[in-house]
Amino acid sequence: MAIRLEKINYIYSPGTAYEKHALKDIDLEIPDGQFLGIIGHTGSGKSTLIQHLNGLIKATSGKLYYNGENIYDEGFNLTALRSQVGLVFQYPEYQLFEADVFTDVCFGPKNLGLSKEECEIRAKEALELVGFPEKYYHQSPFELSGGQKRRAAIAGVLAMRPKVLVLDEPTAGLDPKGRDEILEQIRHLHEQTDMAVVLVSHSMEDIAKYVERIIVMNRGEKMLDGTPKEVFSHYRELEQVGLAAPQVTYIMHDLKECGLPVRTDATTIEEAAEEIMRSFHD
Amino acid sequence: MEMVQAKELIYEYEKRDEEGNVIGMSRAIDGVDLDVLPGQFVAILGHNGSGKSTLAKQINAILVPSGGTMWVDGRDTRDPDELWNVRQSAGMVFQNPDNQIIGTVVEEDVGFGPENLGVPTDEIWTRVEESLKAVGMIEYRSHSPNKLSGGQKQRVAIAGVIAMEPKCIVLDEPTAMLDPNGRKDVIRTVQELRKKKQVTVILITHYMEEVIDADRVYVMDHGRVVMDGTPREIFSRVEELKQYGMDVPQATMLAEELRKRGLDLPRGILHSEELVEHIMALKKR
Repeated sequence: MAIRLEKINYIYSPGTAYEKHALKDIDLEIPDGQFLGIIGHTGSGKSTLIQHLNGLIKATSGKLYYNGENIYDEGFNLTALRSQVGLVFQYPEYQLFEADVFTDVCFGPKNLGLSKEECEIRAKEALELVGFPEKYYHQSPFELSGGQKRRAAIAGVLAMRPKVLVLDEPTAGLDPKGRDEILEQIRHLHEQTDMAVVLVSHSMEDIAKYVERIIVMNRGEKMLDGTPKEVFSHYRELEQVGLAAPQVTYIMHDLKECGLPVRTDATTIEEAAEEIMRSFHD
Repeated sequence: MEMVQAKELIYEYEKRDEEGNVIGMSRAIDGVDLDVLPGQFVAILGHNGSGKSTLAKQINAILVPSGGTMWVDGRDTRDPDELWNVRQSAGMVFQNPDNQIIGTVVEEDVGFGPENLGVPTDEIWTRVEESLKAVGMIEYRSHSPNKLSGGQKQRVAIAGVIAMEPKCIVLDEPTAMLDPNGRKDVIRTVQELRKKKQVTVILITHYMEEVIDADRVYVMDHGRVVMDGTPREIFSRVEELKQYGMDVPQATMLAEELRKRGLDLPRGILHSEELVEHIMALKKR
């Protein structure tokens, strides 16, 4: 078991007029190798939650265990934790700063105190993992397309060889092709390695397509936790908190209401197509 | 007369090396024809780097053509004497709400545009009030913009443009940085403005769902217009769109998957309701 949160609370600016209870009694386990999705509207606490996962933010109260050790215990090595739990922020390409891509990706491992050779091995491995073309290794990050910049930024985190990869809206601002490519690459990564992946997204369609478990955040609380099918069957509750089910789930409900004998739990286009065809053949 | 018209529009810029020497020319727009009628809702699609933002910047003369011509409300954008008229005819809303808000109070921000146009003070206040009402943000008039959500900020930015009373609004990926609710609010606001004020809307976006109600859709690739038609025509050509890095709405995609599996559905279904009707009609047959 990789990460376990016990009754985590976080209060911003306590004791001031801006006091905000951003996380309330969060209990959460993220097992090794899981592909987890987090959804919630703006201000629901998603970003605050993920910043707890590698100790960037310290909880106001509660315990956070990484492989059984409480990270808030005195003497716990937070630097080591940060190389194990890699965080990719929104618009990560703004954090590229070196003169060329390869040097930028080497920066993380270099900070871990690894030798130059080891850094380079890891950088190469990370860039390959995200499908970054070798001919651009020595280009300035600023000369790349949006999708390539983002790959380079993700590679920078992967070069630390994390056990858990946390991505905050990795596809924001990308065109449809760039979006699909990045998500396919992340799926591929997840299959190739034993890494757990935590994906924060505003797209219900993407979440439904890629993750095995979804957590729904609302007003700092964990509102729902289950498989995509379970979570999206609560679509009325999701709508009340500013979210929705994928559009195909609504189409299935409409078809059923019109009298077509279909199950309504499809969350992806494939599943919906299969289910509609089944109802025609029965 | 067309609100916005481009004829064989070309835009080139100089590529420079690290020392700043010109090493060649790069063509961002390569012979584009565009016709937008007053009151129309026109959408422009295209992958990152296809030239759509460069085209948008031509519409209010932030950039001017290297070849061909761009007319906005009948005015040539290359005519320096018409620059301010062009900018007043076509207002722009950009992607990042934080980059286009300058006031410390919402109503000040909205009043900035008309004030710069030399509108009398009384009239500025009338316009500010009307614009904020039009985007549904009037109750925030005395708030600080930095406490607003992304979608609210974008609506304030839109109000700022409307207060200048342009005939045409160009929105360059206005919803790219917003969550689903913010996105819906912004698109709904734009649609209502079209109805109430008959403004021409040119929307650049990566979200196919936002394009369904457009009068006309242009798809760009490598600086050229490669597809052009109604949403129904454009979204019937699923394979071609994918080739240009685009997507189709979810209902269109599901219809396509069902067609592949043998269901006799027409091409170019856009709305969920339409798809449900067609499926039920097939079932009853």
